[in-house]
Amino acid sequence: MKTITEKILSSHAGRDVRAGDIAVVDVDIVMAQDGTGPLAVSQIKKLGFSKVANPAKSIFFIDHAAPSPRKELSDSHKVLRDFAKESGARLSDIGEGVCHQILVESYVCPGDVVIGADSHTCTSGALGAFATGMGSTDIAVGFALAKTWLLVPQTIKVNFNGKLGKGVYAKDLIIYLIGKITADGATYKALEFSGSVSSGLTIEDRFTISNMAVEAGAKAGIFAADETTNRYLGQRGRAECFKEIRADEGAKYEAEIDIDCTEVEPMISMPHTVDNTMPVSRIDKVKVDQVLIGTCTNGRLNDLKIAAGILKGRKIAEGVRLIVAPASRIVYLEALRAGIIETLIESGATVISPGCGPCVGIHQGILGDGEVCLSTQNRNFKGRMGNPDAFIYLSSPATAAWSAVRGFIADPREAL
Amino acid sequence: MENNNSAKIKNENASLNGNDKNNKDNGMMRGRGFKFGDDISTDLIAPGRYFHLRSNMAELAKHVLEDADPGFASKVKPGDIVAGGRNFGLGSSREHAPAIMKIAGVGAVLAKSFARIFFRNSINIGLTVLICDTDKIDEGDMLEIDLRKGVVRNLTKNLEIRFNPLPEVMIKILSDGGLVDHIIKNKGFNL
Repeated sequence: MKTITEKILSSHAGRDVRAGDIAVVDVDIVMAQDGTGPLAVSQIKKLGFSKVANPAKSIFFIDHAAPSPRKELSDSHKVLRDFAKESGARLSDIGEGVCHQILVESYVCPGDVVIGADSHTCTSGALGAFATGMGSTDIAVGFALAKTWLLVPQTIKVNFNGKLGKGVYAKDLIIYLIGKITADGATYKALEFSGSVSSGLTIEDRFTISNMAVEAGAKAGIFAADETTNRYLGQRGRAECFKEIRADEGAKYEAEIDIDCTEVEPMISMPHTVDNTMPVSRIDKVKVDQVLIGTCTNGRLNDLKIAAGILKGRKIAEGVRLIVAPASRIVYLEALRAGIIETLIESGATVISPGCGPCVGIHQGILGDGEVCLSTQNRNFKGRMGNPDAFIYLSSPATAAWSAVRGFIADPREAL
Repeated sequence: MENNNSAKIKNENASLNGNDKNNKDNGMMRGRGFKFGDDISTDLIAPGRYFHLRSNMAELAKHVLEDADPGFASKVKPGDIVAGGRNFGLGSSREHAPAIMKIAGVGAVLAKSFARIFFRNSINIGLTVLICDTDKIDEGDMLEIDLRKGVVRNLTKNLEIRFNPLPEVMIKILSDGGLVDHIIKNKGFNL
């Protein structure tokens, strides 16, 4: 009787493993991005390798500073382009999008082990994969050997039951959960998302939830691979890689957390930690200078559609800057064809290239001293958006869009 | 948990990492304590606005922990010890965070708990990270870490704090000089 994590790691360890075991496992997909990739490349070379073990599933992403705003970063990008050529690894260059989005669109299959030099690698858990973030050195070894070592984590089962209310989305659920269990409530553990609401969530909503598992400290955030997963992979032309994955009846969980979604309101994380949460309806009036809709957390088609639904026929408030960062080129094109981008721009939005953009504080929307940003990203640490004297709040795309219209953090249910 | 339960520390091994000059021979480290609170994120340790310096870690190290203590980089001396609260190193996977702490001279990091990726990164690059009760440490206290005995001595306050032993697998990596050297030496994993 195994959890999803135990099943996947057993199949990659070549033996039966259980929570608490140390295992060296085969890795299906290895990736690094432009912030962590150059260091991984120098470590691969130090290991004595010039090739990667599994070129078709080794990917370097240029997404954090894309296109490059500085010559130092342009040089780092060159390191990745050159090494990809030399080693046979894949390169995802500027404009293609955020690593986590491209992984789920084009690479990850249910049951895979995915490691990435980026903490939000856990996003791929939404497809029923075991996906976790590591540092450049661990990832260098993954590129070189297609193996890594892991402590098989205990699993906490999160049961999302009940019904989602109007104006309440996956982002609100995960913020609510992190507020409840805190930023280290799942440290070293895998989160397995279950319950009737989880099975009814779209794949995009699942990406949002898995993406933020690490904000509770978790090593992975996993959904069962079911008919929804199957449909998504089919739409992406990857039907052949689907297989159903679910936990065994009677699998052993370290804990179970029951969340009645009916009780959950639109939520906010307040500065400077993700677990500093509050229902939107209960916070004092907070004026916003900038609103960011997008990123690997909430930059997918349906996120942009929800925002456009609220912004259609409306203008953003005077003095507010609305930045939209689609998660990938595919999302961008789909949103363009659906007229969503036009609606967003008409409302006053500035659309930037697919990538990490202002979320990592490098370019394209760095905050000024004392400024407030409401963002759909996953993290609001002090300094995150390039200025330690600024204040970052987190919300769903609906709350972000409506707040851009009002000029202060506002309850999206007023607009729906 | 990668720093769990039952493994007993093998100190002749663990002593090989970190501030080598200080601890290599006898498993002892000594330095001044710098006190930080809970939730010291990798954004506070290695701010995103210096992203372009990641290819120049000596330069990046001049900004280490800048957003938690702006004067830290100029105050820290080789062998000094950082004492944090809960969930030290949460956030991004950037290995540059423990790396620049090490470059800046930090001999060890003590905390009530660590975020998973930061802990693993530290072991991989040979920065000593130990879990213990840091409430008994204040800024400026002289600290001595005895890796063999598994205690931190607060020499200023004249008290001893026990730390959790590292798991066996991490001791193996440390004793080989970090993950890269472990892989080279063993021609693969030997954990």
